[in-house]
This record gives sequence, C-alpha cells and structure tokens, in this order.
Amino acid sequence: MSKNVLVLGEAREGELRNVSFETIAAAKTISEGGTVTAVLLGDSVENLAQEMVQYGADRVVTVEHPHLKQYTSDAYSQAFMAVYEQEKPDAIVLGHTAMGKDLSPKLASKLSSGLISDVTKIEGEGDAAEFIRPIYSGKAFEKVQSKGGLLFITIRPNNIEPLAKDESRSGDVSSLTVDITNLRSVIANVVRKSTEGVDLSEAKVIIAGGRGVKSEDGFKPLEELAHLLGGAVGASRGACDADYCDYSLQIGQTGKVVTPDLYIAVGISGAIQHMAGMSNSKVIVAINKDPEANIFKVADYGIVGDLFEVVPMMIEEVKKLKGSPAV
Amino acid sequence: MNIYALVKRTFDTEEKIVVKNGAIQEDGAEFIINPYDEYAVEEAIQVRDEHGGEVTVLSLGGEDAEKQLRTALAMGADKAVLINTEDDLEEMDEFSAAKIISEYLKDKDADLIIAGNVAIDGGSGQVGPRVAELLGINYVTTITDLKIDGTSATLVRDVEGDSETIETSLPLLVTAQQGLNEPRYPSLPGIMKAKKKPLEELELDDLDLDEDDVEAKTKTIDIFMPPEKAAGRVLEGDISDQVSELVNLLNKEAKVI
Ligand SMILES: Cc1cc2nc3c(=O)[nH]c(=O)nc-3n(C[C@H](O)[C@H](O)[C@H](O)COP(=O)(O)OP(=O)(O)OC[C@H]3O[C@@H](n4cnc5c(N)ncnc54)[C@H](O)[C@@H]3O)c2cc1C
Ligand SMILES: Cc1cc2nc3c(=O)[nH]c(=O)nc-3n(C[C@H](O)[C@H](O)[C@H](O)COP(=O)(O)OP(=O)(O)OC[C@H]3O[C@@H](n4cnc5c(N)ncnc54)[C@H](O)[C@@H]3O)c2cc1C
Repeated sequence: MSKNVLVLGEAREGELRNVSFETIAAAKTISEGGTVTAVLLGDSVENLAQEMVQYGADRVVTVEHPHLKQYTSDAYSQAFMAVYEQEKPDAIVLGHTAMGKDLSPKLASKLSSGLISDVTKIEGEGDAAEFIRPIYSGKAFEKVQSKGGLLFITIRPNNIEPLAKDESRSGDVSSLTVDITNLRSVIANVVRKSTEGVDLSEAKVIIAGGRGVKSEDGFKPLEELAHLLGGAVGASRGACDADYCDYSLQIGQTGKVVTPDLYIAVGISGAIQHMAGMSNSKVIVAINKDPEANIFKVADYGIVGDLFEVVPMMIEEVKKLKGSPAV
Repeated sequence: MNIYALVKRTFDTEEKIVVKNGAIQEDGAEFIINPYDEYAVEEAIQVRDEHGGEVTVLSLGGEDAEKQLRTALAMGADKAVLINTEDDLEEMDEFSAAKIISEYLKDKDADLIIAGNVAIDGGSGQVGPRVAELLGINYVTTITDLKIDGTSATLVRDVEGDSETIETSLPLLVTAQQGLNEPRYPSLPGIMKAKKKPLEELELDDLDLDEDDVEAKTKTIDIFMPPEKAAGRVLEGDISDQVSELVNLLNKEAKVI
C-alpha cells in the first residue's frame, strides 16, 4: 500500500541542512509511490521550498511565524501538528538532530504512536520496511518494525543517501497559517561554540584529538587540518576531562555518536567507550605513538608516530593535494 | 520541592556486547546506573540541598534494578520506587515505558523531574520528553546547567555544541547532558543509610494499568553485531613517506578527501 509521508526540513542559518534531503530519500523508500510532503517551519522559509522539491519532495507546506524563528518544542509542535491535521499522513520522517530528538518524542506522544529513533538504514519498502538502528551506542544493532498505525521514524544524519538534486523538478508549495500561543520556554541567549558551522553529527570528515594532544593549543593544528578538509574537530573524553576542549566535542558512548566518511583519531588510545561513538565511521585513520594502542584495531590506516610531527606534515600534504590541479 | 529522578539500569560501559540467537547476552555482565541518570540523581540532590524538599528515584524494570536504586539512595536520594514489570510484560517499547512512568507520576505533584538525555543501551532518548508530554508539563532536554528561583528556572541547553539559555517555570522535566555536574560516589555512611531508606515496589496492577494500555507500538525483530572490520594497514617507512602515502591513499583508494 502506498503511503503519504511527511518530512520536516531543517535549516541552519538560512540554509537547509543535508539531513533534510536524507529524510526525503527515506520517505521515498517508505512511501512506495505515495506522496512525500515536506514541511518547513520558520519565520521565513518559503525560499527554501524549491530545494526540497529538487531533492525529491512532491509538495511543500510552509508555516511562517515570528515564534518559529528559533526552535522551541511548544512552537514547533503546534505548527507541525497543524500540518499533520491537514495532511493526515501515514508516516513521518524527521532527522535525528538536536531538534528532531527534542521534538519527535513530543509529537509521538501527542499522536499516541510508536517512534523508531536514530535509524541508520531502511531495508525493504512500504509496509514491509524494516528499520535498522544502533543500540548500546553502536556496539550492536537492532532491526525494528512498526506494529501498525502511524509510522514515525527519525534518521541519523549522514547514513541515508539523499537523492540526486534535479533542478527541473517542480512541486506545489502552499502555506498554512497557524496560531502559536502559550509558549512556556523563552530562549534568552544562544552562544555559538561549534567550529565553523560544520556540525559534528553531519561532518563528512572529523579530526578527533585525545589526551595525546596535550593542551588546548595542541588542538590548533587539528583545527587547521579539519578546516582544510571541510570537516569538524572532535575529541575523546580524555581530552575534554583535561580541559583541552569543550565537552560538546566529545565523541563516544557518553558523547556524540558519529559516522563520518573519514575519522582521524589523533593521540586517542581507543577505549571501548570512545570506539562506541566512532567505530561505524566509513574510513578510520589512527595516529598514535604507541603501536599497541587499541585504536589500531579499528583503523583502516595507521601511522605509528609522534602526532606533533605527523599532523603538520599532513597539513602540508593536504595543501599540496588541494592546491594541485585535478588530474 | 518534590523532585524525581528517573534511573535506568544498564550495561556497564566497559562491557563488550555478545549477541546470541538475536538477543543480547546478559549473563555475567556488570550493570550500572545509566551514566546520564547519574547526572540526574546528582542534580536532584543538589537542588534539594539548596531548596529543601525530597528526592525520589524511580526505575522501571525487573527486580535487579533494586541495586541501582540502592546506589542512588546511597548517593543521597531520600526514597526509591521500583515499578516491576517482569511478571507482566514480555515486550515493551518507549511508548510503554513512558506510559507506565507517567501513570505513576501523574498524581505526585512533582515540581521537577530529572531524566537522562539518553539511555546508553536503548538509545532512543524518547522517555523524558514523552513523560513530560503525558503529564502535560514543559520539558528542556540536554541541559548543562540549572538554576531555580522560586518557581522560575533558568537552564543552559547543549544544542549540537552551541549553548542556549532558556527561561521557563516549574513544574518542569529536564534531561541531563554531560557537563551538568560531577556525580558523587556513594560514601560508606551513605551506603549504610541507604539500606534503611524506603524502597517501594509496584506492579502494573497498582497503577491501574493493564497490559493492553501499554502494549508496544514497535517490535524488535532482530539484534545483530556490526560487521567485523577487516584488519587495517599500519604504514611503514619514514614518517614523511608514511604521511604522503596516507594522504594519497585517502584520496585515491578510500576517496574520502
Ligand atoms: C562511564 C564512562 C563513560 C565514558 N564515555 C566516554 C566517551 O563517551 N568518550 C570517550 O572518548 N571516552 C569515554 N570514557 C573514557 C574512556 O574510558 C577513556 O578514559 C578515554 O577515552 C581516554 O581518552 P584518550 O584516548 O584521549 O586518552 P588516553 O587513553 O590517555 O590515550 C592517549 C593516547 O595518546 C597517545 N599519545 C600520547 N602522546 C602522543 C604523541 N605525542 N603522539 C601520538 N600519540 C600520542 C598515547 O599513546 C595514548 O594512546 C568513558 C569512561 C567511563 C567510565
Ligand atoms: C521488562 C522490559 C521488557 C523490555 N522489552 C523490550 C523489547 O522487547 N524490545 C525492546 O526493544 N526493548 C525492550 N525493553 C527496553 C525498553 O523498551 C526501553 O528501554 C525503553 O523503551 C526506554 O528506551 P531507551 O532505552 O531508548 O531510553 P531513553 O529514552 O534513551 O532514556 C532516556 C531517559 O529516560 C529514563 N528512562 C528510560 N528508561 C527508563 C526506565 N526503564 N526506568 C527509569 N527511567 C528510564 C532515564 O532517565 C533515561 O536516561 C524492555 C524493557 C523492560 C524493562
């Protein structure tokens, strides 16, 4: 049976995040020919609608309201529920981002529905779809199915391939007016700490430093390398505990769980709690002076050496590579 | 102030996971309080010490969760409640868990409920917000700071690395993120005292719930291990040669840069 699916696009500083396009791809798999409708919420989002269509959405519904400028669960749930009531979809797909994690359980609770969180892979299509998600922070996986009723999932960024962008696609864009009231939380202030806007959970390349990096200054070359590769900097808990960097960078079982294309672990021993957060990365590089370090067990490529020597050399090599004309 | 902390019993983070016949093997494994729930218990104790009141720790699970509740009591919580579903439920999901927990809490007039932001086993992060919604109270997730003044609360929330300062009011449910506090270790006198603190045990019947009310909406059909990674390559030669080989491999072979 074909399904009508609602996805929620997510913008950051006025641009759609990649995970938005991934939700469309996931929705297509679930819909089996049904309609995929993208929802955009914000104070000014109309201009983003076309891009959702180009990535495969059949229709877009926007809700614009000054209270939607910044995410709060009250405002966003009111707006999303209004679209839900209008569309009565069979399924919903959100990104498993800070926003998706905060919003989806509230919506699922309002809808008395199940919610399959943090899906990394979908097997089968339509009613037969099965959802794979990591458990024990990636030490194992489970395959989950909905028992019927509304199907609601969140997908982990960077795991489900978006469809190719097609600029010739067109789709209907409509807007819905929603009265947003009774907001219980007020955002008084936001301090941006994330490096250069590349979010860890979505970064294709992560350069992670551990206690071996030895100081806050020691992270500077890692930042330079990350910048050159368009990636983000992460850290082990060892580095965070030692105050070399902020806890928000911590990767692992009690930090972020990441799956970039390339993960470079610099001066990280590879404790089980750290590996839980990164071992499903596509390509792993370890740089460590101890040949016995555990991290080499999951590394695709390893260099046994002093990071203070290796990282600057890598920066030079990458500069050479990036500077050289394409072959 | 009437404070509740939600505590889940989970595998020790040191444990390797073993899957047999599509199920996680628990034999011989060490169990702990979910690390984020330790922050929740610690915060609850600190809020009580500053503003007065009582901390109740609540766990849903089997008989075995008593140990984690005793640990929370030894840290300084006043009372514990175990909702034991062992005999009633074969299957459960986040919907069921939140429904049972909120059914218990609905007439308790909690001012503040603190949960972990995610359980490191199930990993859905759903239970906190679901419970708040079922109770009709506001929630703030992944907090790294909490200040309470009368019925107002000011919180700092970690949002993918950025911090948001949020102003809201009680009653409130919050979920703890790393950085919120440093959980204390139970002291010896604490452990002695914990043995005498009240630990109430309830079943679904006591909550006027039957199995149908909490029937899971989703079903786990398989559990499996991640694919084994083939052994990697440790490069050899001069460091500078290794580095240029690495960059070349990442570019040409792995195609990731
Ligand atoms: C409940 C719990 C939860 C935890 N959660 C997490 C988590 O989420 N994430 C996490 O990361 N950890 C976590 N930990 C901590 C984890 O057990 C380790 O202590 C931590 O990962 C170690 O960090 P590290 O590898 O940076 O430090 P270390 O283990 O000290 O390793 C430093 C490494 O750097 C290498 N090194 C030193 N100098 C150089 C140099 N000049 N050049 C090259 N290499 C060098 C050393 O050989 C060593 O291998 C948790 C622990 C517990 C108990
Ligand atoms: C008897 C029993 C049978 C189960 N059967 C199944 C099954 O068949 N299939 C399956 O997939 N799962 C099963 N579970 C697991 C259960 O469904 C999940 O653990 C539950 O839905 C919570 O989800 P989570 O682990 O993702 O927690 P999260 O939502 O990630 O937890 C967030 C926070 O909520 C609070 N919290 C979560 N769970 C509890 C709890 N139990 N007690 C107190 N506080 C809590 C904690 O503060 C925690 O930090 C079973 C659990 C029990 C107790």
